[in-house]
Amino acid sequence: MVDLDPRYRFESYVVGSANRLAVSAARAVAQAPGSAYNPLFIYSSSGLGKTHLMLAIGHLARQLQPELDVEYSTVDEFVDELTNAVSSGTIDRFKHRLQGVGLLLLDDVQFLAGRQETQSEMLRLFNALQRSGKQVVLTSDRPPAEIADLDERLITRFSGGLVVDVGVPDYETRVAILRKKCEERGVQFEAGVLDEVARIKSGNVRELEGALNRLVACQALGGTAVTARNVRELLGDRIETPVRATPVGGARGEEFASFLADVREVVAQHIETWRVRVGEAMARWRELGYKTGPLERALQASEAPDVDALLSEQESVVARLQSLAQEAAKYDAALAASELFFDPDRLSEAEMAVVRLVGGAEPPPGPSLAYSRAEFEVGPSNQLAVHAADTVIEEPGKKYNPLFVYGSAGVGKTHLLNALGNELLAMSGEAMLVACTDGQRFVDELIAALQEGTIERWRARYRVVDVLIIDDVHLCAGKERSQEELFHLFNSLYSAGRQIVLSADRAPKAIEGLEERLRSRFEGGLVVEMQPPDHVLREKLFARHLATARERPDRALVDYLASRSVGSVAEIAATVERLVKAAEVVGVPLTASFARKELEGSISAPAAARVIDGRAVDELFLDEEKVIWDWPDVAGRAIEEFR
Amino acid sequence: MPLVNYATREITCKIVYYGPGRSGKTTNLHYIFEQVPNDRKGKMVSLATQTDRTLFFDFLPLDLGSISGFSTRFQLYTVPGQVYYQATRKLVLQGADGVVFVADSQARQLEENIESMQDLHANLADHGMDVRTTPLVIQYNKQDLPKGLILGVDELEDALNFRDVPSFPADALHGLGVFETLRGISELVLRRLSAGSTAGAR
Repeated sequence: MVDLDPRYRFESYVVGSANRLAVSAARAVAQAPGSAYNPLFIYSSSGLGKTHLMLAIGHLARQLQPELDVEYSTVDEFVDELTNAVSSGTIDRFKHRLQGVGLLLLDDVQFLAGRQETQSEMLRLFNALQRSGKQVVLTSDRPPAEIADLDERLITRFSGGLVVDVGVPDYETRVAILRKKCEERGVQFEAGVLDEVARIKSGNVRELEGALNRLVACQALGGTAVTARNVRELLGDRIETPVRATPVGGARGEEFASFLADVREVVAQHIETWRVRVGEAMARWRELGYKTGPLERALQASEAPDVDALLSEQESVVARLQSLAQEAAKYDAALAASELFFDPDRLSEAEMAVVRLVGGAEPPPGPSLAYSRAEFEVGPSNQLAVHAADTVIEEPGKKYNPLFVYGSAGVGKTHLLNALGNELLAMSGEAMLVACTDGQRFVDELIAALQEGTIERWRARYRVVDVLIIDDVHLCAGKERSQEELFHLFNSLYSAGRQIVLSADRAPKAIEGLEERLRSRFEGGLVVEMQPPDHVLREKLFARHLATARERPDRALVDYLASRSVGSVAEIAATVERLVKAAEVVGVPLTASFARKELEGSISAPAAARVIDGRAVDELFLDEEKVIWDWPDVAGRAIEEFR
Repeated sequence: MPLVNYATREITCKIVYYGPGRSGKTTNLHYIFEQVPNDRKGKMVSLATQTDRTLFFDFLPLDLGSISGFSTRFQLYTVPGQVYYQATRKLVLQGADGVVFVADSQARQLEENIESMQDLHANLADHGMDVRTTPLVIQYNKQDLPKGLILGVDELEDALNFRDVPSFPADALHGLGVFETLRGISELVLRRLSAGSTAGAR
């Protein structure tokens, strides 16, 4: 066993940025041999402290575990020993001894280069040590892979633990090393001397020590004090400050190499990593054929953006473009392949293109212009429905969604629904897409679409609307596929906050064959009934129809007509038409008595029905004052309660 | 052309040697050409007249290999110095990332230097380049001539370097100061990598 040079300890090793990693690895190994980094491979050019570090490991390990067997050897000594053992026939003893070693420090392993025999012996030994968990520390002047003619298996074993390098110390470390050396020797120099020496850009610590030795000698012998000024003089030619790295007319290529090194440094200094990242992403997307407008603009900026957000934004936009292209491909492969779907800047355009493509050029049917809200007469029988419709017009999709209006035929549901549609169109300046259809048409269109195989296009037509109005929705009842489609359409519109207005001849729960899932959805908004026209409404309607027929609105006539109960608005129109025609044929003006005669014929006038103040009175309630003729604002109250 | 293309990972640096006739621009390029290993340089294109004056321009492409992952190329150009090649000068200046102004240190050439410097400013302005931000270094060439013939660096600084850009005394014929100049301009140009003057588009 070789004694370890006591000078080389961690305490005397100056740590700088160039060797920090190597030192911490070395300490870790010394504190727990065989468990941290095994093997630890330290390399550096000559004179930078490999051997010092290695011996420091040995000292510390011994200090911590006195019983640990630490073996230090240079490869040259090792080879000599091996050869001797072979020649004296004691190879087994040699091997046995080595296998008992707890920490093997092997210096200058680069000298294994080209020694095939030693290398194979080394390999066997190495395997044995590793198997038994013994720590090996190796040093070399170059990394394992660069040692000439080194067995591939040894390279992998040497590199299998941790490979660290020790760099050239920087100026500050050099000053620290010099101070430490002076301390060790107990010499002192004037301020500034050591700093001056450290300015020598010497490539290794040994040279530095040499310079120091020279100064120590000068100080001891010459009598002249060493000052910062005369350091250069005293060290003679050695101190030539490294003027420029490239002497003029230097060997061909040297100046260029130095220039290149400078450029590298400047580029490394100024190239910004976020730009590199963005650039990489751009290259990637471009390879896939995508444009990278947003990234390009980010690169133009002088400030770093949130790169992660930027890149994930691009990713999600491209994903959206891809799904749009896929959808477009179902209808038009040429369009799907167009640039539009490869440009994140044109996402909204691409979205529109798909909507147009899928929805077809044909918009869904709109409300009929024949019906307007202004012409819709309100009375107690329908005021709840009208109030709800007005609310929807004001705030589509917000309050009553869906609005479900029911009532028997002819009470004005169709008028109300179309009027609502027209009003929404007018309010939004035609910007809203209002689909107004009826149950039968919905079913027919679906059948036609199934037949032509354009179901997707048909669906898309409705899915893009802002308002969906379906009159006589009960006609879909009992039709499975129609209800299925309606269900999905309903959900997609409802979840997007679009207004849905429906009408039927009866309340949802009374519609036979209506699927439960639809019924519950229909009832989820506001279900409101429209009743046959009441007296007030009848009056208004008769007056309107008579006016339309250019008849003089005769109070008595209107009173009489309004007193007759009718089932629907349509009936009122028909009655007026009939009377006008009859009066024309006979050539008399249309009066109350003519109307009565015409409508009641020979049947005696409703003598029983007394008329008080133009109103028909039930005989049971002869006392007029006890009859409530008008219910004040029923509709408003009902809606309040419904909420 | 952008200085750096992050998408294709290229740095392309166009440096134009500008200055009065016979100030030594082509000599600069020749010296660089001599120093660059063969695998790093393209063919030096020199369009010279029979009397060896640059007629059109010299062009020396240098491939600096991969630097920080960027394939880096330098393109060195000279302009013809003679006053009557104004159009060519302007053309060559287009898209320059940096300019080396090679001044002739000879005392009798002072006027030519000043005129050429003014010409440079006018041409840069014509290209819409901001003279204050365009990387520029000045080389005082022919400093090896006898002291009696030349102006000192201080005098030349006073006359030419009113923007206080980096300047380098040189003897291009023997290579003194040539690479220092190139290094100086390269550093100024490459500093712009961290500014916003980049592009990824093309």
